[in-house]
Amino acid sequence: MLERTFTIKEWTEALKKLRSFYRVFAPFKEGDFHSFREFDGSGSPDFNFGNTRLSAKALIYPQSERMFDYTLDEKNPDVNLYKEAVKDLSPQAIVGIRPCDVKGFRLMKRNFDNEEYRDPWWVQRFESTILVGFGCNDPCPTCFCTSVGGGPFNEEGLDVIAYNLGERFVLRALTEKGEVFLAKAEGDTGPGEDERRKMEELKRSSVEKISSRVATDQLKLKEVNALFSAPFWEETAFSCINCGTCTFFCPTCWCFDIQDEVFGKEGDRLRNWDSCMFPLFTLHGSGHNPRENKVQRVRQRFMHKLKYYVDKYNDGVQCSGCGRCVRYCPVNIDIREVAEKMNSY
Amino acid sequence: MNQTHNPYFPYPVRVEQIVTETEDEKLKTFKLRFLNPEDERKFTYIPGQFAELSVPGKGEVPIGIASSPTEKGFLLFTVNEVGLVTTYLHMIKEGYVMGVRGPLGNWYPWEEMEGKNVVIVGGGFAFTTLRSSIVYMLDPQNRQRFGEITVVYGARSPGLLLYREELSDWEKRNDIRMHITVDATDDPEWKYNKGFVPAVAKEKIKSADNAIAIVCGPPIMIRFTQPVLEELGFPPERIILSLEMRMKCGIGMCGRCNIGDRYVCKDGPVFSLAQLKELPPEY
Ligand SMILES: Cc1cc2nc3c(=O)[nH]c(=O)nc-3n(C[C@H](O)[C@H](O)[C@H](O)COP(=O)(O)OP(=O)(O)OC[C@H]3O[C@@H](n4cnc5c(N)ncnc54)[C@H](O)[C@@H]3O)c2cc1C
Ligand code: SF4
Ligand code: SF4
Ligand code: FES
Repeated sequence: MLERTFTIKEWTEALKKLRSFYRVFAPFKEGDFHSFREFDGSGSPDFNFGNTRLSAKALIYPQSERMFDYTLDEKNPDVNLYKEAVKDLSPQAIVGIRPCDVKGFRLMKRNFDNEEYRDPWWVQRFESTILVGFGCNDPCPTCFCTSVGGGPFNEEGLDVIAYNLGERFVLRALTEKGEVFLAKAEGDTGPGEDERRKMEELKRSSVEKISSRVATDQLKLKEVNALFSAPFWEETAFSCINCGTCTFFCPTCWCFDIQDEVFGKEGDRLRNWDSCMFPLFTLHGSGHNPRENKVQRVRQRFMHKLKYYVDKYNDGVQCSGCGRCVRYCPVNIDIREVAEKMNSY
Repeated sequence: MNQTHNPYFPYPVRVEQIVTETEDEKLKTFKLRFLNPEDERKFTYIPGQFAELSVPGKGEVPIGIASSPTEKGFLLFTVNEVGLVTTYLHMIKEGYVMGVRGPLGNWYPWEEMEGKNVVIVGGGFAFTTLRSSIVYMLDPQNRQRFGEITVVYGARSPGLLLYREELSDWEKRNDIRMHITVDATDDPEWKYNKGFVPAVAKEKIKSADNAIAIVCGPPIMIRFTQPVLEELGFPPERIILSLEMRMKCGIGMCGRCNIGDRYVCKDGPVFSLAQLKELPPEY
């Protein structure tokens, strides 16, 4: 497969060129954090980061998205008729995404693209996206990707993998899509012996830096109702303030709400990210709520990720080990500890 | 992507008729006609399924399909006035254009019911998909596929029963046994049963032999009917329930209507009691 090397400066120039073919999204440093932004040709993306604060989830699955438009104007012959909203679904490249966040998309695909139904917008965006992953040289202390079937240089689902060797980046195409991308980026020919050694070294040392180990091997064998009524949920949920940060930041949380909004006589049907942490999520019109207290909601989040998903798809947990929910939870609720409790219950 | 393949797209329909069902005016039946005949052909449904009614500017609500596929040219939905969308629906006039998305969810186990006696127990306004089922079974094309049909249906008072004209028509037929009941009434003309649904079910349902029971109603009615049926000898596999959950997408994607690893919108709303016993009791 095609390999190319770039200095940091050359790489920024290459991204400028690639803008004629793709909408290019890359990490930019904003305050203390990095976040994905569309590269408009000015400034330069920064590839020296642990991980972006928010995952790249929103680039395929926007936090708020118009589904349909309609008019309520009685004089219009099309009054009350829903029409699919116009969207920009042109090719896009997500450059600098971490392997765990790519895994997030792969898990999410199960939800949005299945035998019975395809979510048209998620699927189209996913298919028009090229994922240029950057391996992690320095995983964060909260990372546990290697416990859930991933790894800091895991190539699964990526179109291109990049090694950040400090002065130079080495990129290798992994798919045909990636090959086309890399050919357009031009750049120097593949890495020399020395650089290859450095790449292997990075791969090894990064895995060694991941100190968290989480066992999930027993989850599938547990009886669902036994886990559901386990005694540890009260304690697990005790300090939760139901802020929803964990689900919002998670690259594998996919729940959404659908709402109609009207501006004057013009209306939109929107879908917005939603969260199982909120009581409204399951509140019936009658007032009945099957998950009215937070213990039930916290249990739902962990049971979904670590048991229901496991049972349903028989392919591991619904978590990529990115560690964001651990890092950003204001009260330090830690999925690694919960997984341990469930796995050893 | 072709819009017809978009599972979120509501087919446009016109409200042809609105009937107020109950004396408290909280329940109205809406007769909807597709604006495009080809949409009607695509909307092929089976009794027990539901659809999302789409009210422009207000939102969508999941509502059981009350018409039967044997009734051509229209769809019926009976809607209780509850919150944002349903209250608005109660204010619209005939001729209004809105949307219907579906059909969604699974259906009553018709294949399994073939050749069996069918017992239907319904309470309050959860009688909608049961009406669909009764009309479907009584259709001359279908009637011989089923054994005896026994129906126990109750409401708090006579004025709160749905589909009263049809109930009295069915009452007169000899190929269906109707046991209509009300919790209480001081109407001297009332010629049917008095008492709660579970009690009437206990008195009227004779046997579980070769029978399947479908139960729809408020949670309290379901809770007290269950032991009655179990005592009669219905195994949990042959007690069929239709569940409600708050819903949005209706296609198993938005994540809110789960019970354990099942989605009520896609894997349900119809479940057997045996299936429910395997799932966490969270509904
Ligand atoms: C499979 C199924 C079949 C149903 N069949 C009928 C029927 O035949 N007749 C009938 O009157 N009602 C039926 N319901 C209940 C009906 O969907 C709710 O009463 C209705 O959604 C309330 O909406 P609202 O906007 O008026 O209330 P609000 O409280 O304002 O609700 C806001 C939104 O939340 C959602 N929601 C709220 N309550 C429910 C609920 N109980 N179930 C699902 N979503 C909810 C809806 O998307 C709704 O638009 C059914 C529900 C389900 C799940
Ligand atoms: S981030 Fe922490 S406090 Fe907030 S909802 Fe999640 S678990 Fe609860
Ligand atoms: S559950 Fe937490 S660690 Fe796992 S993918 Fe989501 S945010 Fe990352
Ligand atoms: S309503 Fe969206 S998953 Fe069931």
